[in-house]
Amino acid sequence: MAVNKRTFDVVVVGAGGSGMRAALQLAEAGLKVAVLSKVFPTRSHTVAAQGGIAASLGNVNEDNWHWHMYDTVKGSDYLGDQDAIEFMCRAAPEVVYELEHYGMPFDRLDSGKIYQRPFGGHMQDYGKNPVQRACAAADRTGHALLHTLYQQNVKANTHFFIEWMALDLIRDEEGDVLGVTAMEIETGEVMLFQARATLLATGGAGRIFQSSTNAFINTGDGLGMAARAGIPLEDMEFFQFHPTGVYGAGVLITEGVRGEGGYLVNGQGERFMSNYAPNAMDLASRDVVSRAMTIEINEGRGCGPLGDHLMLKLDHLGDDVIKQRLPGIREIALKFAHVDPAKNPIPVVPTAHYMMGGIPTNYHGQVVAPYKTGPDEVVHGLYAVGECACVSVHGANRLGCNSLLDLLVFGREAGRQIIEDLKSNPHPKPLPGDAADRPLARLDRLENQKNGERVSGVGDAMRKTMQKHCGVFRFPDLLAEGVTQIKQIAERVAHTEIQDKSRVFNTARIEALELDNLIEVAQATMIAAEARKESRGAHARDDFQDRDDVNWLKHSLYFSEGSRLDYKPVRLKPLTVDSFPLKARVY
Amino acid sequence: MKFRIYRYNPEIDAAPRMQNYELNVEPTGKMLLDALVLLKEQDDSLSLRKSCREGVCGSDAMNINGRNGLACITPLSTLKEPVELRPLPGLPVIRDLIVDMTQFFKQYHSIKPYLINNDPPPETERVQSPAQRAHLNGLYECILCGCCTTACPSFWWNPDKFVGPAGLLQAYRFIADTRDQATSERLDDLEDPYRLFRCHTIMNCVDVCPKELNPTEAIGRIKDLMIKRMV
Repeated sequence: MAVNKRTFDVVVVGAGGSGMRAALQLAEAGLKVAVLSKVFPTRSHTVAAQGGIAASLGNVNEDNWHWHMYDTVKGSDYLGDQDAIEFMCRAAPEVVYELEHYGMPFDRLDSGKIYQRPFGGHMQDYGKNPVQRACAAADRTGHALLHTLYQQNVKANTHFFIEWMALDLIRDEEGDVLGVTAMEIETGEVMLFQARATLLATGGAGRIFQSSTNAFINTGDGLGMAARAGIPLEDMEFFQFHPTGVYGAGVLITEGVRGEGGYLVNGQGERFMSNYAPNAMDLASRDVVSRAMTIEINEGRGCGPLGDHLMLKLDHLGDDVIKQRLPGIREIALKFAHVDPAKNPIPVVPTAHYMMGGIPTNYHGQVVAPYKTGPDEVVHGLYAVGECACVSVHGANRLGCNSLLDLLVFGREAGRQIIEDLKSNPHPKPLPGDAADRPLARLDRLENQKNGERVSGVGDAMRKTMQKHCGVFRFPDLLAEGVTQIKQIAERVAHTEIQDKSRVFNTARIEALELDNLIEVAQATMIAAEARKESRGAHARDDFQDRDDVNWLKHSLYFSEGSRLDYKPVRLKPLTVDSFPLKARVY
Repeated sequence: MKFRIYRYNPEIDAAPRMQNYELNVEPTGKMLLDALVLLKEQDDSLSLRKSCREGVCGSDAMNINGRNGLACITPLSTLKEPVELRPLPGLPVIRDLIVDMTQFFKQYHSIKPYLINNDPPPETERVQSPAQRAHLNGLYECILCGCCTTACPSFWWNPDKFVGPAGLLQAYRFIADTRDQATSERLDDLEDPYRLFRCHTIMNCVDVCPKELNPTEAIGRIKDLMIKRMV
């Protein structure tokens, strides 16, 4: 089958916050850029982010990037790379002001400055008191951000390929990445996108879990592509469970509710966070709150007839605050929980939310992997940003509002780095003859599969296994069994069958291709979790309940081939300041 | 529950048809999208767009029992059976419930949907009072789902010339922003027998908007500004 080819300077895969921030940088530099997206850009999942963007503007209380950096290092349970964290926290005010200049409709203080609210784990004076650091547009910050970035890309004439799904990376014998193969969903046509730089910005993979805040599109496509091309995935065992997903529906309720003064209560009406985090209370970081909630439920203090959830109380905030600062939450509570939050509490439960791990990069967005000389060798031509990347700024647990910040800072920085790198790399390398072989073989397999299982059935099995075996608390027997099960499910994924073989907008085929990516992420997560014999951040083991800095202060690297694990050191040295020494983590 | 769903696959069907489906489902607490996901498990050729499943991405707009809406925030229990589902009206159908939104986005892009401010940016934020910022409420929240524009008879008649309610709501979003300096160019651009003035205040847009926004009011405000600058 002949496959057409198009050549660009840069191909960006994904048009969420990080992809569009990078694309803007690249388009403004006059490069020829193709931005591929499975969905129209404003439908990307950044749109669902609610609470805010962390930046030490100090518009309400005194604040500075050192405190923000400390909070992020502590929040990461010391697994975050301190060079990258310094880089991000220092750049935060600048990228927020930039966004404001782009037209972002931030809420305002009486002074006319950007409104900032408190958020979990963000404190003043190295962990002392909560600080108002989250720059917010009501509780629709992600929506406002994504639309603003799309608007700027319209202005910059960015070339979008909308409803194109990237299939696989093109890598030559020297290991250089030369572009991607992708399929136009409307026609089913496969095309080669040759590029001197390929930027993966494909977002998260929350859909590996049964109960998730994530959109249907969050299927870890970039991670699957990287894993199949021999690139490792870093720190995949660290998956964040957001404390407040709507019970039953899984839809996200922002931590901003607690930032505005809401709090959690158990079945006895008790504000239980005081027992777990006496200082920060409900604004402790997410791993801490989700564990506390799970303990309350497990010890019989949950709410409802089954005692399987807790209540988020915000009726005391008053109708005005709710309507002005939390209008989206009001909407979600009314629609998905059938409660008016001005009158009744919202039933919530910890829900899979964010992948701290991802494709390993340095703080310039360049993908790094062990090759010959060390663990952090640059993979030429490949970059990654946003949730699909592991810089690592979030380490073992991400702070709320640091992910929108991550998108902006590293989207911009990867753009800058690509512009720089392309200067010394003016000509595209020739594509290898087998550039389209892998995706064509995958499609061919699907086309000709007989007596295979339905994609939905195999996907359900995967999601149930992840939910049961790799949740908020992790048990050795469940993890070991989970590894066996997930490998068996991977075998089944290789034999799924679709009934619909048509070409035009075949969403059954898309879902089968997405499952190929999900199963890579699920395996990486389960296998890395089973192997890490300690508790750190979001990874909480029943048999190893403490953090073990002697043996486990290291990043994991999962290689798809042979399901192999390797490790590399954490970068404890910041760029200009002193390291934050390891401490017990108390909120 | 009984469903009647518009089916059209250009590779197979000479013309669109309605297909009946039955689903054994307890409607309480479920949204229409949940039912569609279950139907797709039965018949994987049934095609629709979906993503966030919470009413913020705008992917799953469709015509539900004769009215445009988002499947993900339409409770199943409110729907009369058989639930009749069709693609958004007034746009070319690609397949089943999936429409070609090119014309819709072309109109959105035509209003220059970005802040125009030619002053050099200050070192920090441009200030805006809470009252000034409040003018953007009810405007910036649009999710570009297309429910309003494809419910508008004026858009059905002149999709190439009339901007439509979604685009006009966004035109006013930038006019209303104190940081934007292009009000008069924006008004010039809309001063045309079709682009703005084909709105006949039928208000279907207001009726169907899943985010409860009011494009008709925004259009009225643009018209007021035009009259004001004439006198």
